[in-house]
Amino acid sequence: MIPSCIRNVAAQSSRRNMASFFFSKKSNYATEASFETKPYRLHKLNHGPSTQVTVTRDDAIELFKKLHTIRRIETAAGNLYKEKIIRGFCHLYSGQEACAVGMKAAMRPQDAVITAYRAHGWTYLMGIEPFGVFAELTGRQGGNAKGKGGSMHMYAKNFYGGNGIVGAQVPLGVGIAFAQKYINNGGVCLALYGDGAANQGQVFEVYNMAKLWDVPCIFVCENNGYGMGTSVERAAASTDYYTRGDYVPGIWIDGMDVLAVREATKFAIEHCTSGKGPIIMETMTYRYSGHSMSDPGTSYRTREEVQEVRQTRDPLTSFKERILNANLVTADEIKTIEGEIRKSVDDAVKAAKNDKEIPLSELTADIYTTCLENEIRNTTPFNPLSHARLGPAVNA
Amino acid sequence: MLSKLRTRLRSAGKKLLLSRNSNQRKHVRSAHFTYFPSERPNTIGETQKLNMYQAINHALTLALENDPRSVIFGEDVAFGGVFRCTMDLKKRFGANRVFNTPLCEQGIAGFGIGLANVGISAIAEIQFADYIFPAFDQLVNEAAKVRYRSGGTFDCGKLTVRAPCGAVGHGGLYHSQSPEAYFAHTPGLKIVVPRGAMHAKGLLLSCIDEPDPCIIFEPKILYRTAVDEVPLAHYKIEIGKAEVVRKGNTVTLVGWGTQVHVLLEVADLVQEKLNVSCEVIDLISILPWDAELVCKSARKTGRVIIAHEAPMTNGFGAEIAATVQAECFLYLEAPVQRVTGWDCPFPHIFEQFYLPDKWRCFAAVRDILKY
Ligand SMILES: Cc1ncc(C[n+]2csc(CCOP(=O)(O)OP(=O)(O)O)c2C)c(N)n1
Ligand SMILES: [Mg+2]
Repeated sequence: MIPSCIRNVAAQSSRRNMASFFFSKKSNYATEASFETKPYRLHKLNHGPSTQVTVTRDDAIELFKKLHTIRRIETAAGNLYKEKIIRGFCHLYSGQEACAVGMKAAMRPQDAVITAYRAHGWTYLMGIEPFGVFAELTGRQGGNAKGKGGSMHMYAKNFYGGNGIVGAQVPLGVGIAFAQKYINNGGVCLALYGDGAANQGQVFEVYNMAKLWDVPCIFVCENNGYGMGTSVERAAASTDYYTRGDYVPGIWIDGMDVLAVREATKFAIEHCTSGKGPIIMETMTYRYSGHSMSDPGTSYRTREEVQEVRQTRDPLTSFKERILNANLVTADEIKTIEGEIRKSVDDAVKAAKNDKEIPLSELTADIYTTCLENEIRNTTPFNPLSHARLGPAVNA
Repeated sequence: MLSKLRTRLRSAGKKLLLSRNSNQRKHVRSAHFTYFPSERPNTIGETQKLNMYQAINHALTLALENDPRSVIFGEDVAFGGVFRCTMDLKKRFGANRVFNTPLCEQGIAGFGIGLANVGISAIAEIQFADYIFPAFDQLVNEAAKVRYRSGGTFDCGKLTVRAPCGAVGHGGLYHSQSPEAYFAHTPGLKIVVPRGAMHAKGLLLSCIDEPDPCIIFEPKILYRTAVDEVPLAHYKIEIGKAEVVRKGNTVTLVGWGTQVHVLLEVADLVQEKLNVSCEVIDLISILPWDAELVCKSARKTGRVIIAHEAPMTNGFGAEIAATVQAECFLYLEAPVQRVTGWDCPFPHIFEQFYLPDKWRCFAAVRDILKY
């Protein structure tokens, strides 16, 4: 794809990745560069995604912005939690950003996604401004689920959440994918789950259903090494999650490399939409924070381990270095982008803190389309509450 | 609006508690109940001040010591579990007896049933009661029916399932539910709910010994807040027996778990404000439940209020109300009342309005007296 003479410029790159540049005439920027990914591992596939991946300057900037925004959102969410403005359960995605950003970059408008409770980043990627995420976290009116779901339950068009019961989202993903096949919109569904969730029985039930009916579902196991305090080796007889669908083909991907994830997702979409049915992607990644805010994350792994990943595999740092070295962006540009993102996330946090609280009448809203009995049963010394519908639903 | 309501709640509180203005804010903002420690049982030797998770840890230690064919398993239990109930047990009894399972509740329950069928004491932890539903089939269709369907050849009496339940202040939809009523619909199971440390230990030891499969729902907010003088020895609290926690004449208040403490506070409030005495009953055991004791009290007071965190429709309060009206009809001064969670999913930010807190229970007492 890229002439080998240009590829030679790669020698300038300080990373071991091969990079090749197209220089634009007007500036000193490279307009495009290509890099080598870590090898994929394949299961029941004759060939896999290309290990040589190309990114344009515009795409690189876009990817970097998204990676960085998610990191900032999660840092801010962590702080809001410590201030006790976010209550309840809150799971951060820091460390895993390249998975979501890479997948999203390959998704087409008709593709859908469903994930578990590390949903803040996905919500943003699927079109919700950071304010909508924060207002949901703080339980305010402007929240993306009207303040009713909280951290684990966020939604958007083609984004089916946001699920608290580990593993339960995976069968839903297969149903969504089947619906897409049925209505023939050419879309696929990415059904995400963790290495812990991979051991739930229902996941295996739907591997079978998906393959039996050749459903365009991309199962994505985000392997971050731990399900709460239990490391993968302690929980799984086989930690090769990409092979665990047996008759469902699979790919192992370096989930810290946004370009590798993007490339593999493109491949997976191609696989599904060409009528071959489901595929599994295992993205090898890492979570920096504890499992949730109540877990310091240091009793079952060492601080050194976390530190080492931060220093050697961080999805943001590594991508930034790559695109800087490839001359796709300048350090000044990166600085400006980081400054802008910081400001916009900070503003969103402020707005969410000041957003209106939800009226009590919404305690009993949206339980049914129309409630059989107008008043919701209970006893209260104050007002009885009637059922209300706020809608409309995204899928209406 | 929410803050307006808070003000309204607070002023409602003020009207009720004219003399204690300075405490109002605290009441509204902090945990929705005050813990009433259980009385030190005078029959059983030495005691120690323990909170509920420590008392459970004690019980589990005794169970593992006394029965070499007993095992503990569940998600993260080898590290002590999210609520620390199994702390240090692996160190002490080894990884063959205290072990982590993968994340698979249906598998955990079924596996436990298999162990129990062979005669091993299987003590399983489901990390949160909200996550017991993948295991619902195994518990309802397998555990509960093994003895019956095998004509008594097999049973799974050696199975005990522990699951943290109930409101905790900020648990939201999936860390707050009280699913006891679902299971109470299943002949063959036994279900208990402790109200504190002393009961947790005694009930858990009963469940482990009980020749039927048992589920113990442990109100998670009590793990740290509930501190009792707990006997160090092995002791049991009988399954199926309720307890009169406060004697009274005019209104019977029935609850279990955390709600018992709410009701005790209500009883104080009613005494102080309305000069009426309430009898407070801790049901303790949901299946079987102590209809005799509840009905005895109902006949004495003529007024019964049942309060639970779970929603009203088909909550276990419905069963109690039906039985009381059938058994005590001619003694009743007023219809049996229920104060419960709303018939809606457990809310993420409205917990304080959702719960049957002391103000709502107080209002129910006031109404039942006026009937
Ligand atoms: C059915 C069910 N069981 C248990 C839990 C409690 N729980 C929440 S997250 C989690 C670990 C999941 O690990 P993994 O799937 O690897 O996802 P990760 O947190 O690493 O993203 C557990 C045990 C739950 N939410 N639902
Ligand atoms: Mg994991």
